[in-house]
Amino acid sequence: MTLSAKDKAAVKGFMAKMKSRSEEIGTETLSRMLVVYPQTKSYFAHWKDLSPGSGPVKEHGIIFINGVYEAAEKIDDLKNGLLTLSELHAFMLRVDPVNFKIFIHCMLVVLSMLFPEDFTPQVHLAVDKFLAQVALALSEKYR
Amino acid sequence: MVEWTDSEREYINTIFSTLDYDDIGPKALARCLIVYPWTQRYFGGFGNLYNADAIMANPMIAAHGTKILHGMDRALKNMDDIKNTYATLSELHSEKLHVDPDNFRLLADCLTVVIAGKMTVKEFTPDMQAAWRKFLSVVVSALGRQYH
Repeated sequence: MTLSAKDKAAVKGFMAKMKSRSEEIGTETLSRMLVVYPQTKSYFAHWKDLSPGSGPVKEHGIIFINGVYEAAEKIDDLKNGLLTLSELHAFMLRVDPVNFKIFIHCMLVVLSMLFPEDFTPQVHLAVDKFLAQVALALSEKYR
Repeated sequence: MVEWTDSEREYINTIFSTLDYDDIGPKALARCLIVYPWTQRYFGGFGNLYNADAIMANPMIAAHGTKILHGMDRALKNMDDIKNTYATLSELHSEKLHVDPDNFRLLADCLTVVIAGKMTVKEFTPDMQAAWRKFLSVVVSALGRQYH
């Protein structure tokens, strides 16, 4: 499921639109993930407040989204571009990769809400492919 | 038996009451066939699925999308026994249609994305999304139950 030139263009185009609402995207995605998939809270037990839109959720939402933008910049070589991030997730955070899919789904739902006209099926396909590749690159160092 | 809280029932009823079946059904199925193209394997007799535009304009796909959504109506009306409500449908999907049950999850995800696209962040709240996801999980599980 390699990204074609068309996919990359669609992703880059849509990312540009996302930048205007980065904080909202990050906060909503993370808030929803923690509520809709409560098992994901297990990774954030050290946070004071896990409720939607809380301080830690907002802060971390931005970190997640910036990670996505960083990946988009390295779209031509995600495996190598995301090596450090992969090491972080594999050795320090030890997030079960099944949760990458959960996060991705929540993000797609949020994008659909915030960009109803722009998040067409074709864009959805390209973004889903891209995020799947990001998840794969993040899993690279796991074993 | 699945336990539903009052607020979960309300959320799910609210979502269904806002649905235009003839719009959402077709859009959800088309999106599934576009985003997860391997699902097209079940629609060999449905005409032109050559590209995204063709899929979105395909009247047979649209009709089927509406049919699927009306099928989900039955789960809504029998929320306390979705398992048995879908026993025959599950057998149909397993024995006649030979659909890989993982595809139910893919369609459910696309349906969620399409429904979300019709609502704002304040309308489709995290709690509403959680209730909706629970409903879809039960539907998906019931449809996969008769496989052997």
